[in-house]
Amino acid sequence: MSSLFDVLLSQFTFIIEGLPVTLSLTAYGLGLGFLIGLPLAILRVYGGRRGRLFVAAYERAMRSVPPLVLIFLFYFGIQTTVFEIPGFLAVMLALGLCSSGYQSQIFRGALESVGSGQMDAARSLGMSRLQAIRLVIAPQALRFALPSWANELATMIKDTSLAFVVGVAELMRRADYVRAATFDPVIPFLVVAGIYFVIVFPITRIAGTWGREKKRLVAGV
Amino acid sequence: MGAGEEAIGGRRLTKVVIIRDLWKSYGKVEVVKGVSFDVDEGTTTVIFGPSGAGKSTLLRCINMLYHPDRGTVFLRDIDLMKVGDKINYYRSKFGMVFQHFNLFNHMTVLDNVMIGPKVVKKIPRDEAKRIALESLEKVRMKDWCSRYPSQLSGGQKQRVGIARALAMDPEVILFDEPTSALDPELIGEVLQTMLDLAKEKKTMICVTHEMGFARAVASEMIFMDEGAVVERGSPEHFFTNPVNERTKRFLSRLTELYGHHESRNRFVDEK
Repeated sequence: MSSLFDVLLSQFTFIIEGLPVTLSLTAYGLGLGFLIGLPLAILRVYGGRRGRLFVAAYERAMRSVPPLVLIFLFYFGIQTTVFEIPGFLAVMLALGLCSSGYQSQIFRGALESVGSGQMDAARSLGMSRLQAIRLVIAPQALRFALPSWANELATMIKDTSLAFVVGVAELMRRADYVRAATFDPVIPFLVVAGIYFVIVFPITRIAGTWGREKKRLVAGV
Repeated sequence: MGAGEEAIGGRRLTKVVIIRDLWKSYGKVEVVKGVSFDVDEGTTTVIFGPSGAGKSTLLRCINMLYHPDRGTVFLRDIDLMKVGDKINYYRSKFGMVFQHFNLFNHMTVLDNVMIGPKVVKKIPRDEAKRIALESLEKVRMKDWCSRYPSQLSGGQKQRVGIARALAMDPEVILFDEPTSALDPELIGEVLQTMLDLAKEKKTMICVTHEMGFARAVASEMIFMDEGAVVERGSPEHFFTNPVNERTKRFLSRLTELYGHHESRNRFVDEK
């Protein structure tokens, strides 16, 4: 008979194999959200009335729809109507779009906390608007955005567990495999909870520290 | 003789900036209402007036940081309202110094001063650095070039702000209340720097309430109120016999607030 420790260890070694999938889903989702979110934020802050309205509507939409609905839309929607889509890709797109709405908000706040004087000064040297954004505004805004962005990273890691429903073998899915194989409804989920905690907790801690740092930066001390 | 030149008393003065009937409003609020004046090369023009008079907006319209609604600004013989996309290039011919310094917080002092020549004028790195150090030397901030703005006092920040403008070798420098955000004991070092520039015959347009400075270097003073020029003339004119009632009231209020202009900024009398 195996001890509890052996059970935990064997379950852990099985479940942890899903970690690369979880992490790459996180990276792609967050990356996609960044690639869409940052330009949207710039459009929202510097794009005049029309840009502002468009981005506001987009953010509203993305943040109001549960990510699971987006996953189903991409997975089943595209699956049956357009082409065979792998679950991984569907989840990546869904989480990326969802995250883009949040990241756009994060970067908007960060861009706005860079005072308008910075833009005036850059432009008065003869820089174009884009040069000013690239060289003066964005580098400062990205620093301001770090704490909220780290929180978004934490959220994204947890949200990748939704990939479970379309059969992507990430951490959650593998925990459920263990449940199905062992008929143990508790231990596998405790193990996977522990894994998530160990990854996410340090990130939120760092975010907190950066948050205090940001206050210092914004105050210009 | 070119468009911007005229002979006065046998001396040929070249007009660097010509402002004609400039108007600017924010929504329904008219902020600048038909301002016109000329700035001769190598002179200092001082603009003063109560807050909300449109001085800062006027200054930002001169380098087209804000697009005027009507009227125009000539930089020498270039009509800045008609240059289209090239406005960024012409804007680089105006240096600007801000009330709140607006140094780039994420860059060292040196990078703050280098970035204009490097990025806008596309000057190679080493040469841009040389220019930046030269400008910093001029404002006596060369020893601080690896610091960040957050490590400087207000007066030091403002001197770096001036160096940043100088590094572009501008035709005109616009000063937007450069000493208003400074502690009293730090004002002197900034004024001294501006005084040095005036002596070097840099062309300057200064929005300021430092009347000692104005008296020492201004060739023309312009009093603005409610978006319009109320009165203009030499410092002599303003300090001996201002004509307009509003001007008189404002000047006496300044004296009440800051003490008599001659008791302050002693260095001005020492020149």
